[in-house]
Amino acid sequence: MSTTESTPDQVETEVVIDPNAVSLTINGKTVAARKGELIIAAADRTSDFIPRFCYHPRMKPVGMCRQCLVEVEGPRGPMMVVSCMTPVAEGQVVHTETEQVKKAQEGILELLLANHPLDCPVCDKGGECPLQDQAFSHGPGESRYVEEKRHYEKPIAISDLVFLDRERCILCDRCTRFASEVAGDPLISFTHRGNNTQVLTFPDEPFASYFSGNTVQICPVGALTAKPYRFKARPWDLEETESTCTSCSVGCSTVIQSSRDQVLRFQGHDNDGANWGWLCDRGRFNFESINSDDRFTTPLVKEDASLVPTSWAKALEVAARTIRLAMSSQGANSVAILGGARLANEDARAWAMLASKLGITLHDAQLDDGLSTEVFNLPQATINDATSATTVILLGPDLKEELPVLYLRLRDAATKNRTRIIEFTTKASGLTRYAWKSLNYEPGAQVAAVNAALNDPEIAGQMRKGNVVVVLGRANLAESSDFTAQAYNAIAAAYPAVTVLPVLRRGNIRGAAAAGLTAGDNARNILTAASEGHIECLILLGADPLSDVPDLDLARRALASARNVIAVDTFPTASTLRADVVLPAAAYAERGGTTTNLEGHVLPLSQKITARGTSRPDWMIATELAEQLGADIGVESLNDLTAKDATPQVQQALSVAGSSAPERNSYDLRLVVSRKMYDNAVSTVTSPSLAHLSIGAGIYLNPRDIERLGASVGKDVKVSTSSKSVILTLHADETVLKGTAWVPFNQPGTDIRELLNADDLIVDVRVENLS
Amino acid sequence: MSRLTDANIAIAYEIIGRYPRPKSALIPILHLAQEQDGYVAEDAMKHIAELVGVTPAEVFGTASFYEMFKFEPVGKYLLNICGTMSCALMGAEELMHHAEKRLGIKAGSTTPDGLITLEHAECQAACTEAPCLQVNYRYRFKMTPADLDTLIDDLAAGKLSDEIPSHGVLATVRQRIPAERGVGAVAPEKVNESPEWLDGKSAL
Repeated sequence: MSTTESTPDQVETEVVIDPNAVSLTINGKTVAARKGELIIAAADRTSDFIPRFCYHPRMKPVGMCRQCLVEVEGPRGPMMVVSCMTPVAEGQVVHTETEQVKKAQEGILELLLANHPLDCPVCDKGGECPLQDQAFSHGPGESRYVEEKRHYEKPIAISDLVFLDRERCILCDRCTRFASEVAGDPLISFTHRGNNTQVLTFPDEPFASYFSGNTVQICPVGALTAKPYRFKARPWDLEETESTCTSCSVGCSTVIQSSRDQVLRFQGHDNDGANWGWLCDRGRFNFESINSDDRFTTPLVKEDASLVPTSWAKALEVAARTIRLAMSSQGANSVAILGGARLANEDARAWAMLASKLGITLHDAQLDDGLSTEVFNLPQATINDATSATTVILLGPDLKEELPVLYLRLRDAATKNRTRIIEFTTKASGLTRYAWKSLNYEPGAQVAAVNAALNDPEIAGQMRKGNVVVVLGRANLAESSDFTAQAYNAIAAAYPAVTVLPVLRRGNIRGAAAAGLTAGDNARNILTAASEGHIECLILLGADPLSDVPDLDLARRALASARNVIAVDTFPTASTLRADVVLPAAAYAERGGTTTNLEGHVLPLSQKITARGTSRPDWMIATELAEQLGADIGVESLNDLTAKDATPQVQQALSVAGSSAPERNSYDLRLVVSRKMYDNAVSTVTSPSLAHLSIGAGIYLNPRDIERLGASVGKDVKVSTSSKSVILTLHADETVLKGTAWVPFNQPGTDIRELLNADDLIVDVRVENLS
Repeated sequence: MSRLTDANIAIAYEIIGRYPRPKSALIPILHLAQEQDGYVAEDAMKHIAELVGVTPAEVFGTASFYEMFKFEPVGKYLLNICGTMSCALMGAEELMHHAEKRLGIKAGSTTPDGLITLEHAECQAACTEAPCLQVNYRYRFKMTPADLDTLIDDLAAGKLSDEIPSHGVLATVRQRIPAERGVGAVAPEKVNESPEWLDGKSAL
């Protein structure tokens, strides 16, 4: 993992030859800086702190708050400048602590506090508030203002998650800049500029950004507060530890904050290689699920068709007996393990060791909803490689929905750098607005689309300009992943130097793969074997096939026909209901270890609180099961499970089946099923603040198709394949390609998976009016 | 109240065509919306946001800076009585008092028939003609209470409708710039030659 900024040592060693090196003096000390760097940024590498509110190193400076005034010596004597707007210059002499500077800083603070309510005792920010801290360190101590302060209704909800108190606001422009500059969702703006300048949304158009929580974190006062944390704790009561978010595979650095053994908040931590301090709202607020009352707290075993609480000894014994019986009667191939991408690397490794000891070869950490883990063997790119590449090719899911912070990074690269994005998509994605080319394809026609693009002289010219990174993932759960693999191979054949950023979204899929818990398309084979009655014992490691496997019917048949099911999980799910033994696992923040992000970086996971009830870390469960089974895997503590993974074989192309999309009836619509950020994922539905944010089940068609069908928007329609049908509400979406239908995956309401069949290369549906 | 009418959408596109960036047309189109409804309606702001490619919050953020854009319905005539120094010395307060009594409303509100909205105004830059006022931004100088009564009578009788269009209409003649004279939607990075006024040494 790379850390923030280049170290001063590097700069100093390069200073002699580097034309971009600048040397200046801050308070008599010589400071090495880079051309174009701001005085405040250079000063941050010294011990002299310049107070500031609006300046944020990850956003463009605006000079709003004027708190960072310093003196710079010039030909006409010292001059007051805003250090967040003034670039360094060779030989510049800066003073940050003169009488003049002090007077200016005190004056500004007195002005900022003139209308500030000073309600610190009831303010969430009190104790970690830059305004409070700097009023003490750089303020005048008392105010000359006796007039009535500004009054506004407080607080107002500007979104489902964020509250705004305009009285506390000092108009630093951080939240509004974040919204437009970083998130690309300028849904908040300064309004009524003048005496009554205030941050507001448009009436009835909430700040429904996927990244709204970041504004709360960067607010330098208590103006923005987050609903899940309001009045929950005082900062001085919080304990914190650094960790890594595993909601998706980006690997955002987080800080877990807890009080009285309860997780109360996640904050983003600046990691130059990954999240730059940002988090998406799902990752930030799904800490609530850890505290959910729905959690498993004790082992359960099935007695008389219902799950009853039991002791660990009993549960492990039953589990071990189940496995042993299966192995002795039908052999190791009658035991299968599904899941593992939720686990830490160490957990995955312990389970992989157990599996290998017992000779279990049927295991897969994906649920037939990703790509083959071969993608990790392709020539790899890091996130920073992608954001500095000349060309980025998107051949995968909507990153804004599935790997939101990667969307932020690529959006930043496309808007600020010279990176050009070529996107292959079936409907507008979050990055479409920023893409140099957004090329539409029908499901199954990726290869044709890619080949057409590669033959386009303009695109070919762009790709020859510099390095090319392919962002590769599963875009559509209603088509075979073979098409994506073929499309990638076409690119790699034409441009052998391309590197790949694999975007399989499950938190630690890469770690599970490295540990050996995945192998090709095994999930489908396992489920098929189970449905045919060949699986005596199915072990679910935080996997819920009944909710996640695209082919719902296959999952149902598999779970019904597997003789025994052992579930290791944190929450009751549709699949754990079917289990014969439930072993409660420790949740995120309840166990330590490491996780591997999509780039293959091994990142820390920290334990902050005690595991709920008697739940245990997954590695411990594996170890104890091994002991019961007499299969010693030689693990006594977490330390015995430190990474020893072999470097994967490098391959240039993916294995493909060479399938081609079948012809279709012109009346049919090709189905696209993809994920939204908020869906029925366990961590979302068990977080009260996020649970109601899903858009709900529905079918989205191009308005021209709707017109052709004579259907009406908002009404229920019948959506059918040749064998099955479901009822869904019809919506119009201009960005859905004509001739295709888009349905969000795993949403509350009708389950589209009723129509999906694992053997179908493509799913064509017919949409009809009801009655 | 409403989105732009088809006729106004056509005008909006013409305005957008004059600028290198659609969002530069924001303020002229806001005037158009105010001309249509007498004030800038929420739906109109949403519609403008779609037309120029920004969010409604950005439209509102820009529009709400300007005192002359109204976000609530106002009367057909907006009566702004100046109350700054010169006018104050020459009897603006008395004038306002009279207006309030005559119209039966307080400053900042609209007559029940929707004819007149009365407002305090800051300096209107006609200090030599104090006290002055504006009706839909058309000046009336050296006003006495009697003059004000006459003005209100005339407005009510519709005698001034030729001179003073209803609120929101800036001018009775619309500026038309032929398409070939507009800058058009040129991306700045596509402009290669330097602007005329910086054309080499000959300009110096």
